[in-house]
Amino acid sequence: MTPELTEILKISLLVLLVVAAVASSVMKKLVPALIVFTSFSLVMSVIWMLLESPDLAITEAAVGAGVSGVLFYMALKRMERIKREYIEKDGKAAPENDGEEDGCDNNETKG
Amino acid sequence: MKLKDDFKKWLSYDLDLDEEPTMPEPIEFDDEAPEITIWHRLRQQGAHRKLYYVVAVICSAVLAFTLILTVSGMPRYGEDAEFMDTVTYEYLAHGMEYTGAVNIVSGIILEYRAFDTLGESFVLFCAVTCVLVLLRLDDEADSSAPSYHDLTHDIVLRRTARAIIPLIFVFGIYVLLNGHLSPGGGFSGGAVLGAGIILLSSAYGEEASGKFVTERTFRIVTTSALLFYCVGKSYTFYTGANGIETFIGNGRPGDILSAGLILPLNVAVGLVVACTMYGIYRMFKERRF
Repeated sequence: MTPELTEILKISLLVLLVVAAVASSVMKKLVPALIVFTSFSLVMSVIWMLLESPDLAITEAAVGAGVSGVLFYMALKRMERIKREYIEKDGKAAPENDGEEDGCDNNETKG
Repeated sequence: MKLKDDFKKWLSYDLDLDEEPTMPEPIEFDDEAPEITIWHRLRQQGAHRKLYYVVAVICSAVLAFTLILTVSGMPRYGEDAEFMDTVTYEYLAHGMEYTGAVNIVSGIILEYRAFDTLGESFVLFCAVTCVLVLLRLDDEADSSAPSYHDLTHDIVLRRTARAIIPLIFVFGIYVLLNGHLSPGGGFSGGAVLGAGIILLSSAYGEEASGKFVTERTFRIVTTSALLFYCVGKSYTFYTGANGIETFIGNGRPGDILSAGLILPLNVAVGLVVACTMYGIYRMFKERRF
């Protein structure tokens, strides 16, 4: 790869990084924001690779793009469940405008 | 002025003792209502709440300003700066000779800076302990409730996992064991292994992942790995500081069995990291092992 192409790649990756960072913090729905955050980590790991630190690239790809996304997702699901139980106990209707809805059915029938 | 009075009270710790705190208005959930922003919330809360926000913003601004000032005082990226980087040059010049590790990053974090890595491992241990304390269900709790997020019937996930899980495991073990020779090391390899076990657990259920990590193995592996790290590094620190001959040699740099304690320490850190990842995932998902 020629140096110009590398420069273009670097700059486009950095732009993508900034876009992903801003988007993940201003997005209303939490699960899409989480996916954007994961993509931020993926771009970051490529940038670590270009900055010649493959150690950090491996760690960022495994932790940032893999495990932390899963853990955030599990935490969101648990929050959703707690909220639902609380609302059921309270007898109010669930507020629909919080944005944790993700289309993933949870097949739990709790009375 | 109410804000000033509240600030004085806040300084003398008796803000909530004198008067009842003004409770915020209950927020009505309404589909037609406009979205509740932080400004709405601020308007509904008492002045001392506003004070907390203001103080938080000021603290963050001061911290950010200090950090930016520090960074702007550093030499530019890529410039030569001997006056700041003497330690770096020392490491790069003599690191392989002293530690026996070809990958100088592993040499630094597990020999020169081994104490920091021990602290990081204990941070992970504390994190998983806190998650266990907060989320774990009792043994006698009803275990017949269905798992609320079950993906084991998903054919796409199962086929994909079947294809890539062996590759993930082999890559993780390679990164773990080759940490002193090639990029990687304990933390990276452990994270890759943990991600692989999480994928296995979510695709094939806990019967499959239980072959790798049960609660018993989790307990034994985490504790013994941390203990081994403590004992091994205490030994090398003691002998190194007092100039005592050790039986741990550096070997020939480049061999798989070289670099003193770095290889076993890498394995220990990797096991702790993998178990921690899986433990936190498990606690969030099922609230039990």
